[in-house]
Amino acid sequence: MANKSKSNRLQEIFDNMEYGPALEEKKILDAWLADHNGKFGHFINNEFVIDDNGKFVDSIDPATGLVLAQTCQGTEEDVDAAVKAAAAAYESWSKLSGHARARHLYSFARHVQKHSRLLAVLESCDNGKSIREARDCDVPLVVRHLYYHAGWAQLLDTELHNWKSIGVVGAIVPWNFPLMLLSWKLCPALAAGNTVVLKPATNTRLSALLLAQIAAEAGLPAGVFNVVTGGGQLGSQLASHALVDKVAFTGSTEVGQLLRRLTAGTGKKLSLELGGKSPVIIFDSADIDSAVEGVVDAIWFNQGQVCSAGSRLLVQESVYEEVLKKLKKRMQQLRVGNSLDKTVDMAAVVSEQQRQSIEDCVNGAREEGAQVFQVDAPTGCFYPPTLITDVSPASACVVNEIFGPVLVAMSFRTAKEAIGLANNSIYGLAASVFSERLTLALETAKHLQAGAVWINGHNIFDAAAGFGGYRQSGFGRDGGKEGLYEYIKPKWQPQLRFSKPDLDLKTFGSQYSADRPSLKPRADAGLATVLASDSSSLPRVDRTYKLYYGGGQKRPDANYSRVLRDPSGLAFALVAEANRKDVRNAVEAAAKAQPGWGKRSGFNRSQILFYLAENLEQRRNEFVDHLSALTGESESSAEAEVTASIERLFIWASYCDKHGGTVQETTLYGTVVRLNEPVGVIAIACPDTAPLLAFISLVGAAVARGNAVVVVPSEKFPSPAMAFHQILETSDVPGGVVNILTGDRDHLCKYLAEHHDVQSVWYFGSLAGSCFVEHASADNVKRTWVDYGQGRDWQDAQQGAGEEFLYHSTQVKNIWLSMGDIYAN
Amino acid sequence: MAERNPGCDLDLAWVENSYINLPSVQRRAATLTSSRTVKKQWQAAWLLRAITCTDLTTLGGDDTDGNVVRLCGKAAQPLRHDISASLGDWTKELTVAAVCVYPSRVPAAVAAARKADNKYGVAAVATGFPSGQYPLSTRLEEIKFAVASGATEIDVVINRTLALLNKWEELYAEVQAMREACGDAHMKVILGVGELGSLTTVYRASLVSMMAGADFIKTSTGKEGVNATLPIGLVMCRAIRNYHERTGFRVGFKPAGGIRTAKDSLAWLVLIKEELGNEWLNRDLFRLGASSLLTDIERQLFHHVTGRYAAAHELPMP
Repeated sequence: MANKSKSNRLQEIFDNMEYGPALEEKKILDAWLADHNGKFGHFINNEFVIDDNGKFVDSIDPATGLVLAQTCQGTEEDVDAAVKAAAAAYESWSKLSGHARARHLYSFARHVQKHSRLLAVLESCDNGKSIREARDCDVPLVVRHLYYHAGWAQLLDTELHNWKSIGVVGAIVPWNFPLMLLSWKLCPALAAGNTVVLKPATNTRLSALLLAQIAAEAGLPAGVFNVVTGGGQLGSQLASHALVDKVAFTGSTEVGQLLRRLTAGTGKKLSLELGGKSPVIIFDSADIDSAVEGVVDAIWFNQGQVCSAGSRLLVQESVYEEVLKKLKKRMQQLRVGNSLDKTVDMAAVVSEQQRQSIEDCVNGAREEGAQVFQVDAPTGCFYPPTLITDVSPASACVVNEIFGPVLVAMSFRTAKEAIGLANNSIYGLAASVFSERLTLALETAKHLQAGAVWINGHNIFDAAAGFGGYRQSGFGRDGGKEGLYEYIKPKWQPQLRFSKPDLDLKTFGSQYSADRPSLKPRADAGLATVLASDSSSLPRVDRTYKLYYGGGQKRPDANYSRVLRDPSGLAFALVAEANRKDVRNAVEAAAKAQPGWGKRSGFNRSQILFYLAENLEQRRNEFVDHLSALTGESESSAEAEVTASIERLFIWASYCDKHGGTVQETTLYGTVVRLNEPVGVIAIACPDTAPLLAFISLVGAAVARGNAVVVVPSEKFPSPAMAFHQILETSDVPGGVVNILTGDRDHLCKYLAEHHDVQSVWYFGSLAGSCFVEHASADNVKRTWVDYGQGRDWQDAQQGAGEEFLYHSTQVKNIWLSMGDIYAN
Repeated sequence: MAERNPGCDLDLAWVENSYINLPSVQRRAATLTSSRTVKKQWQAAWLLRAITCTDLTTLGGDDTDGNVVRLCGKAAQPLRHDISASLGDWTKELTVAAVCVYPSRVPAAVAAARKADNKYGVAAVATGFPSGQYPLSTRLEEIKFAVASGATEIDVVINRTLALLNKWEELYAEVQAMREACGDAHMKVILGVGELGSLTTVYRASLVSMMAGADFIKTSTGKEGVNATLPIGLVMCRAIRNYHERTGFRVGFKPAGGIRTAKDSLAWLVLIKEELGNEWLNRDLFRLGASSLLTDIERQLFHHVTGRYAAAHELPMP
């Protein structure tokens, strides 16, 4: 018969219909921790390496405050050991066939699936996230990335046959998705034939160690995947290690900038996936109830500790009140509690420090007079779902990434205003658009400056679509074919390992200089076409090279000139000496012209580029004469350069409408469109070799893909590029798309690299200049493409016009279009 | 009993400006069940609640008074006596919400219910169930017959033709006439969701039915190809919620068709709790239309009290 108190309790629940706890067991996790006596070393060469005399720190379960285990605080020697293990393993791993690497990754994937619950429970305890999300999101995505990249390992030699692996990858990942984000680095790195040393975040180290152990169980060769644990300093040591060829980082913009500066001038490849303040745009044409659920996914997923969290809610004014009312009601249904409870929507934030930082942001908003709406959360390391209204565009909570479950809401009137507000941010990681009107949603997505745009959803991920940002959200992509480029380099390229050049970053390039008049002019200067042979008694008509920007020839701000000399030292021409004000003006012109140029159809851009080729062909002889007179190269060599330049223009004209993107085969029911969008304004510093061909190869690629450029032609031989401006003008290139500044390359590059409205700098000059450009670009997290003073053969098809050019000319935006209306008859 | 929904004027602008995004709805429906669960005593209590919300249904061409009366016996005593005893004597008083039969079987069901002190209701399907492809006059006659036979609840079907052609004024008028014919009997309006083509139409038909005075809106007859699925239920619950927010009236919800397992019933309870709140978690505002569900619930409760899994023949058949 029934136990009375049990029966009463049953009736009580029957009456109140409350949820009870449903705790996930952690016995197997406890057993794994016990196997290691609760103490973990690094994982190097497929073994746990532990120094009992080393320093250890506690790994804490933030939901309970209990210590899970201890992990060691690595030293520079530990990093060195791990990197050397990876470097040794690289020798054999990189030489394995793609098929062999695919088999390894496939086996790895299988083993991760078989241990998936243990990984999920550990991830939940270590990070504080809910077991449901660890189980249903984090771990399945790790598995998905492994399978997806097993496929790339298999296909790399056929699909990317002009590329090769780089070497040792130093991966540094954050604490919000410790496993998932590490797999985003690890999988493409291994698929491409690199080996990896990973530094997990300080707060969340255990799942990486478990994953490494599983990799070893799955048969991954020793040294291919190593894990070192430690504090932030360890990350810097890893990133600056001489044998590390590539640094892959996900984390804060601040640390990303630090890594950019740290690795500047070393030849290390770098990809950064940084912060965000992603907008969620709700139009009045949305399914409002579903849009509210979209907001839940946007900002309360993983306690809001998501790089792509939709933390800025923009709602059309006509439905603003309705949406906010529904949202507040919905917030009251959110359950916050124990990470291992299967019935919670939100669990613990990662640490007390993080909780405090979120609280400080919200208190700051309160002090500014904003309205803060919150629902209940348990005491401890939990933070409640929070909605902030009555904010101004300049409020800290509107501008700064909070990295917590905190949403700010604002209204807008029109789509144009929504786009304006959405793009009014230093970040550009992700965005979402809610509307049932396809035309509106797609146009909005097109104009949002973000690497991922979800239509009627938010925070949907898959290995087949790259994830990563525009602007200060970083560069490079994790996932998709686009993500592979971060782990490969052109086959022709030698190893790039340089010791950081010794240069004074404060003074580099700051010197403005110009020439004085020369008393040794060349008799035929101004070129034969200008000088009439039968009028030698008359002074020649002067050939003037001004600056060219905004579609016109402009006198340099300072009105100084540079004397070009031919190989015999005779003055050949005077060109303008540009300074920082000319840089300012040229960038302004480029920024103004770029959106319109980028919006033109590829067909239109290709017509213009073909026309450039046509007009260059017409003036072929003039350019041949000009080149050989200026550089002293033979006429046949100059002829070859002009011929190649014309062909380059054909190549880039052809790519105007053949590189727009593709469809990503993700798990979403619908279509994910990858758009290869323009980068924006690109500053280009040309090398002295092949002064016309290099100029055309670089500028052609950039403008073909819709960018506007501010280009500094060869410092030594700038006049052919300056002469080319007439061809630009006669070929219908809109003003401001190509802007040419002559003068001191490093001086101009200093101001270009420091200009915040320049999105990328391509620098072909010295190692010191490369170092400077990379370093200065950290401030607004520009993309860079530098040659470390190495030079290249511009006549070579790969070196002068390989896929690398297209990669640097575009940034990938993935638009997620879910589909579906049919469910029955 | 809560105050009945009197309906309101047809608000065509509201109806026609509503859109439903299916992928979003599917995502929400999927996380509803993966983010909520009830275990142990909570599961037992919730299953008992599910029993009390069940409309135990037989709608066969081969129904006779014999099987209908047997069904009524199950309605009055849904659990094997020893399982009830183990759970606590209070559970012996629990019955289903109603039995649901064709109009011709109503007299037998009413007689059986009377013997059980009318602890459960008798619902009749009507209005040309399941297709509704009959003249309005005969459809209304069916309601009147069932009410006169003692049915306390009438499950009417809407005219899907009108819904598919967006003839909302006509649909509104028909449902209003049905409500009038029901009199004091509560009216559940079956949308026949499997024949409405899009969730937007489901949502609009839900609104129109409520505006015309439905006491409940119900997914399906059980005879269409697609019946009660969580995404559909989610959309109908949102319609109910939005109608309540605008008018202040509470309309009940009844999923029917394909609900067979205890787990299914818990998923529906979770949906109601999350989307409409605890106020809706009772038989006045929530019904589960089902025929074989009770047996699976009983099996789970058997396990709850004994720790063992039951054989099918150990559980009383309806």
